[in-house]
Amino acid sequence: MKQKSNPFLYFLEKITPLIAIIGALLIGSVVILLIGEDPIQVYKMMFVLAIGNLDGWGNVLFRATPLIFTGLAVAFAFRCGLFNIGGEGQVYVGAFLAAYVGFTFTNLPSIILIPLTIAAAAAGGALWAFVPGLLKAKTGVHEVIVTIMMNWIATSLTFYLVLVYKAPPTEEMKAAGVQQMIPHTSEIAEAARLPRISTILSSLNIQLPAHNPLNVSFFIAIAAAFLVYYILWKTSLGYEIRAVGYNQTASEYAGINIAKNIILAMLISGALAGLVGTNEVMGYKFRWRQELFTNLGFNGIAVALLGKNHPFGVVLAAILFGILSYGGALVNIFTGGKIPRELIMVIQAVIVILVVVADEVAKRFILRRKSES
Amino acid sequence: MIESIFNADFLASAIRIAIPLMLAGLGGVFSERSGVINIGLEGMMLTSAFIAIAATNFSNNPWIGIICALMVGILLGLIHAIVTVTFKANQIVSGVAINLFASGITVFLSWLWFQETQIMAVERLPIWGFAIPQSGEASSLIRSLIVIFAHHSPMVYLAFIIIILSHIIIFKTPFGLRLRSVGEYPQAADTLGVNVINMRYIAVMISGALAGLAGSFLSLEQAHFFVKEMSGGRGFIALAAMIFGKWTPFGTAGAALLFGIGEALAIRLQGIFTIPVQFINMVPYLLAIFVLVGAIGRASAPRADGIPYEKEII
Repeated sequence: MKQKSNPFLYFLEKITPLIAIIGALLIGSVVILLIGEDPIQVYKMMFVLAIGNLDGWGNVLFRATPLIFTGLAVAFAFRCGLFNIGGEGQVYVGAFLAAYVGFTFTNLPSIILIPLTIAAAAAGGALWAFVPGLLKAKTGVHEVIVTIMMNWIATSLTFYLVLVYKAPPTEEMKAAGVQQMIPHTSEIAEAARLPRISTILSSLNIQLPAHNPLNVSFFIAIAAAFLVYYILWKTSLGYEIRAVGYNQTASEYAGINIAKNIILAMLISGALAGLVGTNEVMGYKFRWRQELFTNLGFNGIAVALLGKNHPFGVVLAAILFGILSYGGALVNIFTGGKIPRELIMVIQAVIVILVVVADEVAKRFILRRKSES
Repeated sequence: MIESIFNADFLASAIRIAIPLMLAGLGGVFSERSGVINIGLEGMMLTSAFIAIAATNFSNNPWIGIICALMVGILLGLIHAIVTVTFKANQIVSGVAINLFASGITVFLSWLWFQETQIMAVERLPIWGFAIPQSGEASSLIRSLIVIFAHHSPMVYLAFIIIILSHIIIFKTPFGLRLRSVGEYPQAADTLGVNVINMRYIAVMISGALAGLAGSFLSLEQAHFFVKEMSGGRGFIALAAMIFGKWTPFGTAGAALLFGIGEALAIRLQGIFTIPVQFINMVPYLLAIFVLVGAIGRASAPRADGIPYEKEII
């Protein structure tokens, strides 16, 4: 209550992510200077290309969609005091299962097949998060190491499965020179595909290029953010999960079943990560391709931290990362590869460090000011 | 068939697989004994693996590569210490950030310096010890002993010396006593005049140095090349070895050797049975999970592990 009486301190606590972003962009500009390029030009190019037009925005939101899912997954588990750093593996298993359902039950109508495929994505992710959740709840094994190990197991498992369900390269792929080294499954049924936003917008007479990959999965992600908000703050399940995250001993004393909440939190967290499959498989590539995803699970951690583990903060942070990722890729192309796109990964890592440091510094500063007054 | 698997060459390859896990696991021991969780071991290994190859190729001298990898490990340890000890930020988050940073910076720099993401080492370390006798030159026992113990890269011997030294430092010296005290009960240590902050800085930087050595072994000695994400979760497997080894140098080294044997065995079995390679690749990770579950009840972490030290309660 006293916190709000001092608007400056309240404001300071809220803008720590912004300070971290600015700090990270400054460090990034030092790196760009070292390469011998002009940081202002590079950043300008990055932002203008990424969000200067509707097509750019579509690509940014397309790239933000999986990060919303994995960011929500990390944030949800974190509210229960758990570090789910296994988003990568949960994404793999969820997306593969979605593809499997999509190319297997080809004679079902859309109205059944789409919900079924979405459920498969969520179930795959939940299954993969269940193992670390169960081990944490029943034996106390630290979830951080187990979730990482599950990532590597998932990589191998899906690689095995994609070879079992391997489909020959398509004519377009051969024409485009896509390497046959990367195996992929058959395409999912037409009835399992999510519509592109460009087709919806064209009926409203808004022009978005047909190749723009933004699809309905983005709205599933936004709905998931609202659902997470609802579960965490409007249901007794959410209350219990947050209580366990806040103080496990006190929750146990209050009669809350710790093991049940840990397992449930991990299941929901894994399901959220698994839903990435809706974007990549149901809305974009329409098939599972090995190495379809890169670092989504880990970037989800960055997104969750930047969004202060709040679902709406996660959405904003994911959009920022979408801008960085799409802008970074374009800068890489437009500078002829002079600026490797991995610069963005470095900037993201610096954001993570700075946001936690800025949080701690702000927290201490506020506490000191309070105790003085 | 048993003899064709469990022979001297098998054990020698198990030792070589275990060395990076031993070194990184020891890094975990130093850091966690002082009260700082270091899941950034993975990223420290990866960055050092890259730097080891890069510096070797620039200088044509693998020893320079190893020294540079060591320095980079210490530098990343310093960053982890600044973030978690001075700023008291969440130790797991800082470790995750170091891992993310490592994934980015290694690929970034390999594009920048080499224009590709797989870089061969131009030089490698010599083999130290006795030459492996030809058949008939010596008895099979002597041949086996040489293969297992006395025909390795210098870094293998160095790793074993480091394990023994670490045991002595942690359990037999005043420094080790202080290190363990700041990890168990920092308030008491502080009252007795131990500088908690300094001790934790030193421990985390030693941890980084060991992860740096582990990374250089991985790229220079095991693979003879660098490729992106080559650390492949070994930093985390090393942490599992540390937990299974009850946060002691000998225990950690023993657990790492167990992983080495497991991985070497999986590779051998693949030659005998037709198991898909993907399942062989899962073995170290499955083993790590089983080992962690097996360690339950018999291992307990240093009491202040993961908790930032507050000098005054504010």
